[in-house]
Amino acid sequence: MIAETALAALWLAAALSLLQLLFGIAALRPGGSDVAPAMRPVAVAQAALVGLAFLLLIQLFLRTDLSVALVAANSHSAKPWLYKFAGAWGNHEGSMLLWVTVLAGAGAAVALFERRLPERTLIATLAAQAAIGLGFYAFLLFASNPFDRLFPAPAEGNGLNPLLQDPGLAFHPPTLYFGYVGISIAFSFAVGALVTRDVGPAFARAMRPWVLGAWIFLTLGITAGSYWAYYELGWGGWWFWDPVENASLMPWLAATALLHSVTVLATRDGLRAWTVMLAVVAFSMSMIGTFLVRSGILTSVHSFAVDPQRGAFILVLLVLYIGGALALFGLRVGTVREGSTFEPVSREGALVVNNLLLSAILGIVMVGTLYPLLIEALSGEKLSVGPPYFNSVSGPLALLLVAVMAAGPLLRWRRDRIGAMARRLAVPLGLTALTLAALLVLFPAIGLLPLLGLVLAFGVGAASLAPLWKRNLRRTPLFVWGMVISHLGIAVSLAGMASEAAFTRETLVAAPIGETVSVGPYRVRFDGVEPLAGPNWSAIQARFTARRGDGSPFVLRPQARTFHSPPTETSEAAIATRLDGQLYTVIGKQDEKGRWQLRLWWKPFVTLIWLGGGLVALGGLLALLGRVRRRRAAREDEA
Amino acid sequence: MRKVLLFLPLALFAAVVLAFAFRLYAPGDAIIRSRMVGKPMPDFALKPIVPNHPGLAAADLRRGAPRLVNVFGSWCIPCRVEAPQLEALKARGLPIDAIAIRDTSADVAGFLRDHGDPFQRIGDDPTSRVQIAIGSSGVPETFVVDGKGIIRHQHIGEIRPEDVDGIVAAWEAAR
Amino acid sequence: MKAKNQRLVLLVLAVAAVLGAVLLAMSALKEQAAYFYAPADVARQGPPQDRNVRIGGMVRKGSVRRAPDGVTIDFLVGDDSPHLIPVRFKGIVPDLFREESGVVAEGRFQAGGLFVADEILAKHDENYMPPQLDVKTGEHKSESLK
Repeated sequence: MIAETALAALWLAAALSLLQLLFGIAALRPGGSDVAPAMRPVAVAQAALVGLAFLLLIQLFLRTDLSVALVAANSHSAKPWLYKFAGAWGNHEGSMLLWVTVLAGAGAAVALFERRLPERTLIATLAAQAAIGLGFYAFLLFASNPFDRLFPAPAEGNGLNPLLQDPGLAFHPPTLYFGYVGISIAFSFAVGALVTRDVGPAFARAMRPWVLGAWIFLTLGITAGSYWAYYELGWGGWWFWDPVENASLMPWLAATALLHSVTVLATRDGLRAWTVMLAVVAFSMSMIGTFLVRSGILTSVHSFAVDPQRGAFILVLLVLYIGGALALFGLRVGTVREGSTFEPVSREGALVVNNLLLSAILGIVMVGTLYPLLIEALSGEKLSVGPPYFNSVSGPLALLLVAVMAAGPLLRWRRDRIGAMARRLAVPLGLTALTLAALLVLFPAIGLLPLLGLVLAFGVGAASLAPLWKRNLRRTPLFVWGMVISHLGIAVSLAGMASEAAFTRETLVAAPIGETVSVGPYRVRFDGVEPLAGPNWSAIQARFTARRGDGSPFVLRPQARTFHSPPTETSEAAIATRLDGQLYTVIGKQDEKGRWQLRLWWKPFVTLIWLGGGLVALGGLLALLGRVRRRRAAREDEA
Repeated sequence: MRKVLLFLPLALFAAVVLAFAFRLYAPGDAIIRSRMVGKPMPDFALKPIVPNHPGLAAADLRRGAPRLVNVFGSWCIPCRVEAPQLEALKARGLPIDAIAIRDTSADVAGFLRDHGDPFQRIGDDPTSRVQIAIGSSGVPETFVVDGKGIIRHQHIGEIRPEDVDGIVAAWEAAR
Repeated sequence: MKAKNQRLVLLVLAVAAVLGAVLLAMSALKEQAAYFYAPADVARQGPPQDRNVRIGGMVRKGSVRRAPDGVTIDFLVGDDSPHLIPVRFKGIVPDLFREESGVVAEGRFQAGGLFVADEILAKHDENYMPPQLDVKTGEHKSESLK
């Protein structure tokens, strides 16, 4: 019964989203219609229904109801409950249901909490959100129904794949989804504003918290995904420029640009068309990301299933929504009233440069990701694009972007003088020069990009704190704190990346048991190996005793695991985290002389990469709280 | 000028969609692509692997009538899945030869006993040498070879019930 | 500056930045995209110099030699042509890397024709799954082991 109830709820929700769209169209027609007040309750009811369907799906997974095909294919009664729970979205159908749930939830949140937007724009926004939802309901109901029954029900489920039983995998996809789908709100706002031609500061202020919220989730999702790849793949790297990774990076780049341009629009009423464009692009990147991952047209280390039918369905949705929005943009934006102009040397000028650089990086990542597709379509030649391309092309632009980030917050709105800015930047500039000199003396052999990265990290770290200079810290608005902490987070992350690139020490040897090898400041003794058996894997587990100088020794146990079905080999790295870096150990194979291949890394300050990512997200959260609080205060003032 | 610029994003997006659509309907194989369709079968002569079937040589594929060559292994699970479809092809009058990859006589005999025997000749390829030479990167794969020994069609993966008609058509076309 | 002019300048700047990035990307891709070569292609065109490429084929039987350091291996990659590529790799090879099985390697050719691989991807066919069947077996393919 649960599955049927859930399916009924899903159909009802789909019907309500159709109703929401029709009401919206009716209300926006010249002459109007009195159905407008019904829009908000319909949006909320729709979200409640699809939320119910999703909860029921979780319930089915927790009960391991094997008469439901999806549960039988992806769960097993012996799974730990956490993975039964997470199993609800650890598969295609469930994850698409989560997608529409978040989509409808975001629409309901707009309906409930958005009071500032002009009524007509709000109606258009809700109608746009309903239109997006409708496509994905159709996708769920016609091409990937999560509630299909299986008859007869099998005695046991299929999904005890321990590869997927990892807390990182359980919560990483939903985090990214909140980000991806949250951006749909910005898209709907943009479409709504294009329909009513009402693009201005009020629109920007209404949109900003939603963009911020989605952006926080994207930041967290990317940071967590990077750490997951780092510890799970056992290759010692933290970013592989894999298509699936790029699919999450591209929406983040677009959302970051949007976050900054929306500030210009809210404060100075500039960049109207550009902001609308970015909102469309940001959600397009989310949809393209989903498409790339779900259709499997790009092969990747994360490799997902190839399914042309589903891929085609999402492609059609892509064409409808993005093509529609871009066409609307081309037709309408010329008629949007023009915004105000500004001086090149000013806060808004710096933000424009930020936007141009972010767009350029976005273009580079996108071209690199899609290039193999294009070449194969045109000439049939196979090729792959890897880190050498992405690092060498986007690296310099990213460093330039970070440099602009240091200066931007110190510029005044409207108009500023370069001399005045230079004075404000004196301390960070001095620190930058000092770092440069110190690094060149201490590490003459350092590479150019890591050198620039480290130097900039110190300079930008100092500059990002400069906006707090001579300010009463207790009276500084929360959103200023948010900006400062986010920018500091970028500097911290950059320091980690540059340090990892410049100072990583690697030792790759074949060692007999009992030998001691050294890596960076550590001496690591190879004590031995022992076999180990898991539920459906067997492993060789090594035992290392590591010691730094005269410090106390500690034990690391990396494993080389072999799964039986499907036969898969994974490397479980053992990582020791210290304040100044991580010792990362991997065990390889035995050679014919009985020696084992050992791969050890000492990665100084590598943890700063993810710590910085966390700070960026925290800054976003503070800014969001600050904006919401200020809005509430403003509303109470009006009342 | 400005009007054109405003529609530029739409045009770029259309180009990307075209590339997607192309790839979606012409999905590439995992890593190595066969360039063998339209080319003659390379020369090979494989010994028999089971007593009741003769071995397979390239010369056997140039006798004037189109044939299927199924590349399989008794150890391969999808090969069992496709066995009923091979029977169906045989019933529709298609002559089928086979190449057993890295297999043993006893295992192949057991496989034929358990899953049916649609084959006329079966060549023994214990080192995958011929498999590589004919451009097959895995098992099962099925080739349609015309009467002059030219490869006309290569089916990668197991033959599913819905693939049978396509293979018959390819075989008819090779006549 | 007039509002209209500034908007136009901004628009042109934005388009120029994105197109510039795309052009920059395209020219960098010419240099840095790794094309796929089989031994026969290398024999026909000569080893591509000064760029990352992927090569693929079968690991020739009896050709794998382990250097005394225990972590460097040399082997020959061949295909249906009579040509062979000598390959050197330092690192931990995937389990599925065996003589007479498929391999894809990414790296560079040295002046003498030796291919130094940074990365080895083994192809396996013990349990070969065509694309259609992958849907059922889930998310992880073992081909992509590094």
